[in-house]
Amino acid sequence: MSYEIEPLSMMAKRCRKDIIEMIYSAKSGHPGGSLSSIDIIVALYQTALNFRIDDMNWADRDRFIMSKGHASPAVYSILHQLGVISKEDILSFRRLGSVCQGHVDMKWTEGIDFSAGSLGMGLSYGLGCALAAKMDNSERNIWVMIGDGETQEGQIWEAAMSASYHSSNNLKVIVDRNRIQNDDFVEKQMEIGDIGQKFDSFGWNVREIDGHNMEEILEVLKWAKEEKSGPCAIIAHTIKGKGISFMENNPSFHGKSPSEEEFNIAMEELQ
Amino acid sequence: MSSPSSGGASRDGYGKGLLRLAEDPRVVVLEADLGKSTKSHHFREKFPERTVSLGIAEQNMMIVAAGMASSGKIPYASTFAIFTERAFEQIRNGIARAGLNVHICGSHGGIHTGSDGSSAQSIEDLGIYRTIPNMAVIHPCDDLSAEELTVLTRDLNSPSYMRTVRNKVPRIYSVEEVKKLKIGKGSVIRDGNDVAIISCGIMVGIAHNASEKLKSQGISACVVDMHTIKPLDNDLLMELANKCGCFVTAEDHSIIGGLGSAVSEWASSEIPLPIEKIAVRDRFGESGEPNELLEQMGMSEENIVEAVNKVINRKKMQY
Repeated sequence: MSYEIEPLSMMAKRCRKDIIEMIYSAKSGHPGGSLSSIDIIVALYQTALNFRIDDMNWADRDRFIMSKGHASPAVYSILHQLGVISKEDILSFRRLGSVCQGHVDMKWTEGIDFSAGSLGMGLSYGLGCALAAKMDNSERNIWVMIGDGETQEGQIWEAAMSASYHSSNNLKVIVDRNRIQNDDFVEKQMEIGDIGQKFDSFGWNVREIDGHNMEEILEVLKWAKEEKSGPCAIIAHTIKGKGISFMENNPSFHGKSPSEEEFNIAMEELQ
Repeated sequence: MSSPSSGGASRDGYGKGLLRLAEDPRVVVLEADLGKSTKSHHFREKFPERTVSLGIAEQNMMIVAAGMASSGKIPYASTFAIFTERAFEQIRNGIARAGLNVHICGSHGGIHTGSDGSSAQSIEDLGIYRTIPNMAVIHPCDDLSAEELTVLTRDLNSPSYMRTVRNKVPRIYSVEEVKKLKIGKGSVIRDGNDVAIISCGIMVGIAHNASEKLKSQGISACVVDMHTIKPLDNDLLMELANKCGCFVTAEDHSIIGGLGSAVSEWASSEIPLPIEKIAVRDRFGESGEPNELLEQMGMSEENIVEAVNKVINRKKMQY
């Protein structure tokens, strides 16, 4: 293993604190899906994503498309930890004029590649970036993160079918399989079944991991980066609200800010 | 300007425009299984490496176009006008909100589409796309102007929607005249003082024919090709309002939301004046020949002549 696990886990913990702080400061936002995805996002930015910290608009950078745009605090936290945006920026989350809009928005925030907020679009956008990269004879990879509830959107499967047809081997999707969506558990809202098998049947290379096990994450990112036989799907089994006891696996923290008491408990748990 | 001569359909102009745009390596073409209908197939045949086929999946196509635009390409995505509407939210949230240089062409617009019936006759497109910030909305009247305006969209550096039509109509412009067109600037194709007929698409030729009839009645009608519905040419409207004092608008589109609405919105805040609208009166179309449908919907030359007489009477009552 060429990367140390410990620094990544420490960074993920700092990101979790940022996530809780910015949502508490805004008194609104989506903690559950931010906390479930942050371990993967930290590992992606630190070990797999090819970008230049001093030139976030470098044309030949890898793209990271956060399709589940409500988990914006996860992306803002990593951009803050990397020094791209400031503490003031993240604490102004969701306020008028803030660079940290409610959902990730490429017009407002340096380092954001996609204006999300409407589920189901990010994979198509990533495919567009992937096709353009091929036309430019570029080696850049396109990484897309989608939610598991998001796969209920038909457009995800339009994109999955066309990425396979176009042999987009530079397109990598990570499914944050946290099993909870806005109203309730996915299995109660509309069970989506075996997502890995579905992507497999659409012609994708598929691997499944524990999305909180840093060793597994690093290994699968390395695999996805090197796999060139077609598009890759990583099904990351995660826990919604991971890291905060009372948020874990709790549908009510999909899109709710903690109270003052809950905030204090959360920050204590993250010490 | 010269009187109408035989020509082509505006969708043919779109196809030719794409071929002219091909010299720019950034230009790419996206299709959703209707390239033969929208006429993007001419580009595909010559430049297959820059053409992306996305199957019958319009929502995916629009956002693939957005991703390509974000990577420095200038995508031209086309399907039937009605099927672009299926991807309205993708166009709104994924293309326009991010200000991406994506150009959408919806062909087979309006009841003029004819025998395919109401499912294929988009009569809402101009209205819905006009509500999206920073989006240019263009509806050319003949093949030559469609070709020219298609080429001009490339340098907008913001998204556009162009509606073309299925069927051939008489040509309004000559090869020389069409070079003067600019996006956002209406084009006076016949001068007149008593009334301004502000039209777009296939209704421009019909308005021109109506102006000939009006001439025989002693009425001098100005006919305008308002090919750009947004941004609307407010300067030209003010000039025409001052000169003519009343308007008739004419479009193959719902009376709600299109050119007539845009002109009325402008007039109600700038210079209230009598306006009559020739349009589809809040109903769906049906199968039939284009000219039969225009007659049935009250959108014929005679209907324009009647509307002009009505609006001139109301202007007289004002004084």
